[in-house]
Amino acid sequence: MTFFLQNLINALQWGSFYALIALGYSMVYSILMLFNFAHGDIFMVGAYIGFGVASGLVALSAYGSLSMPGWMILVLTIIISMFLTSFVGMTVERVGYRPLRNAPRASAAITGLMIGIILETGNLILLGAQRVRFPPLITTTTYNAGGVFVTNQKIMIVVVSLLLALALHQFVRRTKYGMAMRAMAFDYAVVPLMGVPLNKIAAMTFALGSALAAAAGILFGVAYPVLDPYMGILFGWKAFVAAILGGRGSVLGATLAGFLLGFIEIFVAMIFPSTLRDLIAYSIILLILVFRPHGFFGEPYSAQLRL
Amino acid sequence: MDSKGGRSPAKFLQRIFSEVPLLAWLLGILVAAVCEQKAGLVVAQALGLPKIPVLFGILFMLKQPSLIPGALLYILLIYLLPACLTARAAAPAANRLAAGLFNLSVGLSVLIHLAILYAALHLWSDISDYRVITVKLTLIAIMITLSLNVVNGYMGEFSCSHPGFLALGAYTATVFNLVFFVNDKFFGPALAPPYLGPYFFPLGLVLGGVVAAIGALLVAIPSFRTRGDYLAIISLAFMFIVKSFIENLEIVGGPRGLSKQPDYASLPVVFIWTALCLWIINNFVRSTIGKALNAVRDDEMAANSMTVNTRRTKMLGFLFAAFWAGVAGGLFAHVVRYVNPSVFGIQNLAEVLAMVYFGGLNSIYGSIVGAVGIQLLSEALRPLEIFKWIIIPLLLILVMIFRPTGIIAFKEFVVEDLVKPKKKGGET
Repeated sequence: MTFFLQNLINALQWGSFYALIALGYSMVYSILMLFNFAHGDIFMVGAYIGFGVASGLVALSAYGSLSMPGWMILVLTIIISMFLTSFVGMTVERVGYRPLRNAPRASAAITGLMIGIILETGNLILLGAQRVRFPPLITTTTYNAGGVFVTNQKIMIVVVSLLLALALHQFVRRTKYGMAMRAMAFDYAVVPLMGVPLNKIAAMTFALGSALAAAAGILFGVAYPVLDPYMGILFGWKAFVAAILGGRGSVLGATLAGFLLGFIEIFVAMIFPSTLRDLIAYSIILLILVFRPHGFFGEPYSAQLRL
Repeated sequence: MDSKGGRSPAKFLQRIFSEVPLLAWLLGILVAAVCEQKAGLVVAQALGLPKIPVLFGILFMLKQPSLIPGALLYILLIYLLPACLTARAAAPAANRLAAGLFNLSVGLSVLIHLAILYAALHLWSDISDYRVITVKLTLIAIMITLSLNVVNGYMGEFSCSHPGFLALGAYTATVFNLVFFVNDKFFGPALAPPYLGPYFFPLGLVLGGVVAAIGALLVAIPSFRTRGDYLAIISLAFMFIVKSFIENLEIVGGPRGLSKQPDYASLPVVFIWTALCLWIINNFVRSTIGKALNAVRDDEMAANSMTVNTRRTKMLGFLFAAFWAGVAGGLFAHVVRYVNPSVFGIQNLAEVLAMVYFGGLNSIYGSIVGAVGIQLLSEALRPLEIFKWIIIPLLLILVMIFRPTGIIAFKEFVVEDLVKPKKKGGET
């Protein structure tokens, strides 16, 4: 039982990265009906921006010009990096997706893939091939609850990601912009005729998704402090799977599916040899999609490929 | 088009070469290859190049800008001038010959064209081993792109499963050959005398294709109920499953992969398979089934009500594409002579998708252009090292923005039009 609980906590942490990234995929997907394949690399860029901001703030407080405790640096890092990374997302939208608004969707998928490669290579050129270490911001405290070990980092990661998902949910449900996004997801062609600025909403969606990806990147950096330029690829594709599994445009669905993917991966690795992780995890996903082809919360619809 | 105009150089060239049939062009290329064989080294040294430029001198140009004029002159002297002059000079005779052959038998005419093309390729690649491997990999890339185009272009699905099919084909063909014709520490001594190996190589490749097609059932059956984005996920999951499955299969070496593939995939073998693949896929997509694929892509429900059996059509499309991907995978394994599961991952997927969408959907020409273009570009830009991965993606983004369906999309590949003689005064 303690073994199970221990893995449950690990799965919660692992799943929260997937959930945060999947939210970005899911939102872009619901509004523009596009896969943003560069999203995994935006996660990577967010982690690196977070690394830069955190290093800068640590240096500032070390010189004594602005002394801050570690948790405050972390909070500031998350906020500043989310803000900065949202501009990366908007740039990606402007360069790679807006010119292709009326093109076949697959073409936009290709530009997304290519922008991802450019981001990775750009990072490699700028910072070189050596991995960087995310500065340790909060000292790890381990709590022992009846044989189950919980670190304060894990709690922080899960709580922050749940809070962000909740904030996004509230934003989509309660604000005017959120309403515009939902309307756009409902009918992409007619809503702009009602005076909703399509470009603005699309850019905002990319900005929000990228900000969440940046948060995920920083949380990832806190948990696993080694960053490398290719870290976004696998995470991106897996979160993409989670986003589709959750159902089109559903904040709740994407979050749940992200956590579910984390659970499947951790528990498969717990029961079977860990090399079988991908094999079994994806077989389960294949089965889920065979029986629920539109994801958990998605409504059946026919996606016309505009070719 | 203004056919009387002859003032601008482009128009002039167009008028001069308008009656040159494909046969004459191929002869020209052959002559250029012979020229390089005979005089390449002398000319290269006279122009100050250290050796014969392997890939049209692009490598030299990027490494040492001072060699650019020399390399350009080399291309002009060895390739362009002989090829164009021969093509123009041989045009009247070639036209008569092509007309005769065309009336005699189109098949024979195509075979002769292919033979000349092969001779030229063979002579060209004879200069260095690097060229041989580049030509082989390019030909295999053409096969892969063609087969993916059947699903992504003609059938209109966004399938991400191609690396999985390639892996299945590559491993099956490898295991087949290792079991029967090679003394290997995994699979024990050869079961059959090794001299029989090359004759049974096609069998191994076909077996690889069949295994890939069986694997494709996993993707094809869910495609009955869903399409578009969810199918993309299913195919992506399939790719991960195949990769992970092979990684966990100790008998085929697990993550270490397999090596010691026998050297059966020589240039003629790869060339013949590519030609065969092109011929069969072209016939497939121009047949009733191919039209049914297009109908399913454009509107599945309408196709269904017009008596197209959509399930059978989708199934056939997937299995057919997977079969050829498997064959290409088998050839790939025997060209590189080493496979491991990580070859068939996301990177490979991005490359293959780029080739299809760069070249053009729903088009055989497009697949050829895409495969050759991306393959040669990534070879030629090698001296730029990491910047290569900025330039190629940028190029692809530009192509997508200005021609969203690819360079040559939706163009039918009609062999008869290619090999027929150019009549006097006729357009193109």
